[in-house]
Amino acid sequence: MTFGFRPLLVACAIFALGSSALAQDSDAATEKAIEKYRQMLKEDPWSNPGLLDADRGEGLWTSARGPKKVSLEQCDLGKGPGNVEGAFAELPRYFADADRVMDVETRILWCMEKLQGFDRAELIKRPHPGGGQPVKELGAIATYVASKSSGMKYSAKFDQPKEKESVALGEALFVRRSGPFDFACTTCHAAPNTRIRLQGLAHLSNPEGARKVIGEWPAYRVSSTHVMTMQHRLADCFWQMRLPEPELGSDLTVALISYLTSQAKGGDISAPGLKR
Amino acid sequence: MRIIAISVVALALLTASPALAQQKPDPAKVDAAVKASLKTFPAPPEVWQPRLDADETMRACAASDNSPPKAVVDAIAKRERGSIEYPADGQFIGDWKKGEATAQSGYGLRSTDYPATRANGGNCYACHQLSKTEVSYGTIGPSLLGYGKLREFKADEVKIAYEKVYNSHAAFPCSLMPRFGSNKVLTMDQIKDLVALLMSKDSPVNQ
Ligand code: HEC
Ligand code: HEC
Repeated sequence: MTFGFRPLLVACAIFALGSSALAQDSDAATEKAIEKYRQMLKEDPWSNPGLLDADRGEGLWTSARGPKKVSLEQCDLGKGPGNVEGAFAELPRYFADADRVMDVETRILWCMEKLQGFDRAELIKRPHPGGGQPVKELGAIATYVASKSSGMKYSAKFDQPKEKESVALGEALFVRRSGPFDFACTTCHAAPNTRIRLQGLAHLSNPEGARKVIGEWPAYRVSSTHVMTMQHRLADCFWQMRLPEPELGSDLTVALISYLTSQAKGGDISAPGLKR
Repeated sequence: MRIIAISVVALALLTASPALAQQKPDPAKVDAAVKASLKTFPAPPEVWQPRLDADETMRACAASDNSPPKAVVDAIAKRERGSIEYPADGQFIGDWKKGEATAQSGYGLRSTDYPATRANGGNCYACHQLSKTEVSYGTIGPSLLGYGKLREFKADEVKIAYEKVYNSHAAFPCSLMPRFGSNKVLTMDQIKDLVALLMSKDSPVNQ
């Protein structure tokens, strides 16, 4: 993927946005900015800054890296080593080599560890970027992989025993209440048309509601001016729940993503998407 | 309210997703997954580890999609009512100005709030409309605009408001609203300030 003169346009978009979204923490201003952005995207789909990260991710995927100095082109995302096209649409899935179900980020983490020799503990220590920082390498690779299923529909089968188990665990976690605020995911995501302050809440317990939004992740997040992955999105919700940060690649995160993806089955993938 | 909740559940069952058809996992397995994944928090373990456990009320609510059968509803109400502590002097009304600040603030208990630099907030505006002048409010809870006026500032309503904020499940088992007093998120004085915000004549909620 090459951009030619596109990066210039993207830079302008970021600049136009920065004044309102970064400087002041105003929901209304952000809404206005994102509307402008959506309009721009309609006129020119290439102006989504998340595509820069997908591009960076492709570069990371194909370069020889890590202690073993190999690329990820031998990484099997479920459709055979190196096959990226359409792989994301069928994730999460069971991987026999790891004997567990994995979502896209967990699988990339696994490949970075096993194929390239990266230190897993190091990779999951601070896996998500702070506001304004670009998405980390793993997230950029995930953005690239997801973008290669853009235009397709979610079609993970969830027919293997461990896949079914993961979805069921995810559903149980989705309704489980804990923490000083008694929150569960259902506190905020089990009703249509509700919001926290002015932020609209996705109705994720409803398949139609899930199909509407899940396919947009990873997404360029206007309010924090970076790409946010699904693992990062979940970590942010756990923060709001006053709970510890979920470990990237843990069974809990994979299960929640399995559940959300099974809810979104048949939905369109348009990654990287664009979010408030 | 309860009738609505029940019909929502019925609807949810009718439009059941494939996921719902699956067998529910062993609760011990679910708890184990939580403990194995949630391990990083910038405070000593005794601060955050108890948060991973679901108490009896949380479990009963989660197991029934927040609509348990009548016997369970009654048991929850009784237990939660029992955890409410009352001001020794019987005075429920504090300072509405402080109450407004507590209602605005979402500070407290998050991973980025350690070491704590100020009192916890109640973040009421995340879920409720309160003062007319604050237009950035959420809709998970009902609008509380004009709360005291609508209740004619009656003394028994003052106590009801105090109990609601102290422990939302006492009057409405499986409420989505946090149990601010019983869970020690807010102090008794902060709750009195919120009662003032809801129930005093000069509060912006009642203008
Ligand atoms: C206290 C409220 C709250 C809880 C509890 C909560 N979330 Fe969220 N969630 C939000 C908010 C607010 C947003 C949107 C933020 C924004 O607009 O940037 C969000 C966004 C999301 C999104 C992206 C939706 C979209 O529009 O694309 C997903 C997926 C998600 N949450 C999943 C979860 C899961 C899974 C859990 C439980 C582990 C959970 N949330 C718990 C408040 C919550
Ligand atoms: C996560 C969402 C949430 C938060 C945060 C929240 N509430 Fe609520 N609240 C609700 C819901 C949902 C209801 C309706 C169900 C019930 O009565 O429990 C409610 C009901 C109430 C009621 C009773 C309304 C009535 O008509 O009887 C009062 C009073 C109230 N809340 C005050 C507060 C105050 C004060 C705060 C902040 C300290 C607060 N709430 C924070 C969700 C929330």
